[in-house]
Amino acid sequence: MSAPIQLPAWADVALVPLASVAAAFLVAGLVVAGIGENPLEASFILVKGALGSTEGWGFTLYYATNFIFTGLAVAVAFHAGLFNIGGEGQATVAGIGAALVCLNMTFLPGLLLVPLAILAAALFGAAYAFVPGYLQARRGSHVVITTIMFNFIAATLLVYLLVNIMGKPGSMAAETPEFAHHATLPAMHAMLAPLGIKIPSTPLNATFLLALAALVAVWLLIYHSRLGYAIRTVGANPRAAAYAGISPRRITMIAMAISGALAGGLAVNEVMGVAHRLTLEFTSGYGFIGIAVALMGRGHPVGIALASLLFGLLYQGGAELSFEKPSITRDMVVVIGGVVILFAGALDLLFRRLVARLLRPFPGTGVRAS
Amino acid sequence: MTGPVPAISLSGIDKRFGAVHANRAVDLDVMAGSVHGIVGENGAGKSTLMSILYGFYEADAGEISIGGKQVRLRSSKEAIAHGIGMVHQHFMLVETLSVLENIVLGAEGGMLLGRGLDRARAEIGQLARDYGLAIDPDAIVGDLSVGLQQRVEILKALYRGADILILDEPTAVLTPPEADALFDLLKSLRSQGKTVILITHKLREIMAVTDRVSVMRRGEMVATLDTAATSPPELAELMVGRRVLLQVDKAVRAPGDRVLEVAGLTVIDGRGVALLADASFAVHAGEIVGIAGVSGNGQSELLDALSGLTVPSRGVIRFEGRVLTTADRTPANLRRLGLMHIPEDRHRTGLVTAFSESDNAILGYQNDPALAQGPLLSRQKIQERARVEIEKYDIRPPDCTLKTANFSGGNQQKIVLAREIERGPRCLLVGQPTRGVDIGAIEFIHRRLLALRDAGVAILLVSVELEEIMGLSDRILVMCGGRITGERLASQTDERDLGLLMAGVDERAA
Repeated sequence: MSAPIQLPAWADVALVPLASVAAAFLVAGLVVAGIGENPLEASFILVKGALGSTEGWGFTLYYATNFIFTGLAVAVAFHAGLFNIGGEGQATVAGIGAALVCLNMTFLPGLLLVPLAILAAALFGAAYAFVPGYLQARRGSHVVITTIMFNFIAATLLVYLLVNIMGKPGSMAAETPEFAHHATLPAMHAMLAPLGIKIPSTPLNATFLLALAALVAVWLLIYHSRLGYAIRTVGANPRAAAYAGISPRRITMIAMAISGALAGGLAVNEVMGVAHRLTLEFTSGYGFIGIAVALMGRGHPVGIALASLLFGLLYQGGAELSFEKPSITRDMVVVIGGVVILFAGALDLLFRRLVARLLRPFPGTGVRAS
Repeated sequence: MTGPVPAISLSGIDKRFGAVHANRAVDLDVMAGSVHGIVGENGAGKSTLMSILYGFYEADAGEISIGGKQVRLRSSKEAIAHGIGMVHQHFMLVETLSVLENIVLGAEGGMLLGRGLDRARAEIGQLARDYGLAIDPDAIVGDLSVGLQQRVEILKALYRGADILILDEPTAVLTPPEADALFDLLKSLRSQGKTVILITHKLREIMAVTDRVSVMRRGEMVATLDTAATSPPELAELMVGRRVLLQVDKAVRAPGDRVLEVAGLTVIDGRGVALLADASFAVHAGEIVGIAGVSGNGQSELLDALSGLTVPSRGVIRFEGRVLTTADRTPANLRRLGLMHIPEDRHRTGLVTAFSESDNAILGYQNDPALAQGPLLSRQKIQERARVEIEKYDIRPPDCTLKTANFSGGNQQKIVLAREIERGPRCLLVGQPTRGVDIGAIEFIHRRLLALRDAGVAILLVSVELEEIMGLSDRILVMCGGRITGERLASQTDERDLGLLMAGVDERAA
């Protein structure tokens, strides 16, 4: 019975997410007040911790880099009507690919080695996502189920490799030896130093630029290319796609592969940009947050960039907050993040309706009820 | 007040959606115990008016009286409490539940189902006897035919105590015999004192079953007439605001070469049932071949097989003298050859309703180099093309960035028509071109198809509207049970003859 709510584009991309974020902060504030802390002060510490210093910005953008990649990964699959929740597993396998190149092809100069390692990450991620895509297209196994299972397989595979094959000789730690310097991506502070710009040392590295490029590339792909048109058609109406001469099966596999390649960006940032070695559980749940980022950003690169920034802010500011206010633990910060995900993702329709009702008295905004 | 009090009286109903003025000061009186038709083109405001009456929207201004008492209907719940029931065009049924369970859904009467179900069973038995609505209360709804599912919807409304029943385009999904059964049911409801409001744009139905009819045009109520005192041409003129030719004139034309030739085409489904059995026929240049038949007798399978959407189990398709190989028979390659297809279901197949108009104007032609700019699609070129088609086919509103779901049925169909016709087909497969389309657009679509025929295109027309088949076709094939059961020249047959063939009886066969 509920008629789809039509909102003008600006309200759809800006007003609705803003309303849900505001509501999330409100609820999170109540939780903070509930444990006897001042929510206003907590918000202040959170925002200041994330954006109040160059160092804070560095960390925020470093986190955002991860979210951009995992958010785009989810979004591309989503445009094809696929729910890829295997970002974690795809990034894990991508990390293995990158590490194999970084450790074994050190004879190459950095200018060749680094792009090759990034390519390996993308290809490994793509291949690992292609398999569930193939299984869905040809065998009817649902990607939601298979990608979840593939997350476990990837995690176990990584443990096996790090303990038995790729691990540092003579060490108990489950990690590879450190990569050669020319096999890593430069940190942002190191890149800016020769230009006379001095910023504090943070994990932010060249992968951030790659993430920005990925945003533009996905925008061009989805909204301005034939393949993107085919992906969107399959996602919106597979029967119409078949009528238009587009093979939904083929697009399912291609979209999953692209999605997996994008998830590989997470490995590039963490493995090649920060840790400079392959470690256990380097994906730390970023792949899952990508689902919230994509939902909140409505699958559009601009929205994903903004949502990534928000989650980067929450991660960095949250760390500062738990540092300054011991009663607000890291778990508390996870709660706040969870509330944002709940409001932005799951309760999105609620806010659409609210915004529509608020706009209705104003003619000319184009709000329609049917 | 003298005279009988109307069951429903609307006065001065006004409703705006942003810039759209959906209802303008609408007055309507519906007499108790009558069947009242409301006709109008798509977008004339019928559905908005009924949604207001059903409490789905609230009017900006105006009054609603039920049985002489002024009421405010702020929700469907309040409307139901006032004895108003609605049967939607798309059924609101849970297919996996039984008839009985569907009927009590939302009116279970308590935490425990048992007692409510028992009471409902008795009451439904009574209702069924009163109105001749025979139906097995324990049947699973998903197993029932569409016509019977509609009965469940009607029973659901009656069970909730509806005295006034609103039916929104009830025959859109029915076969002609099912529609006739529905009309009998409506008459029996009327004889029991119920009031029925029938929304439709099929004039035949208005004439067949209503006592009075109201005509809406562009949000206004333009006339309310006694059905007995009016005629389809008059109603059509009132709806559109100008004279409409319900009958199309077509010049006699000698057909040209064979363009499409089908031999022994057979489609067998997974259970081994032949949905299309041994179809053989030819369509010539400059000829419209109509396929008549009750919906679900193999027409859809025929179109799907010819357009490359499914692979037939057996049979040969020749196009312009050449046998089409399996590689030729993909939708993309068939388009390239000039075999275009206007699908039966524009929502499910012909359009991506979530896309803009311009994105739909290239559906199937997305790889056309003329739309590309380097490796990307040129939005500018796509929109230019869409604007030309909008202009040429009078697609309204003329905004190619608007989401396709926001166009009316007639305009959506024009988008599909424009897209396929403007690419210069040699042969056009057309399925149900005017299903759910308003009268003004029907006339337009028929003219376009005839113009295409006169330009030498071979057209295969599948329609469940017999009038349409007879009006447009040069030759008519009748399908029944997946077989072609008869062939007639349009000039040498009538509705009775075709009707018998549709039922599988050929009187003229030796």
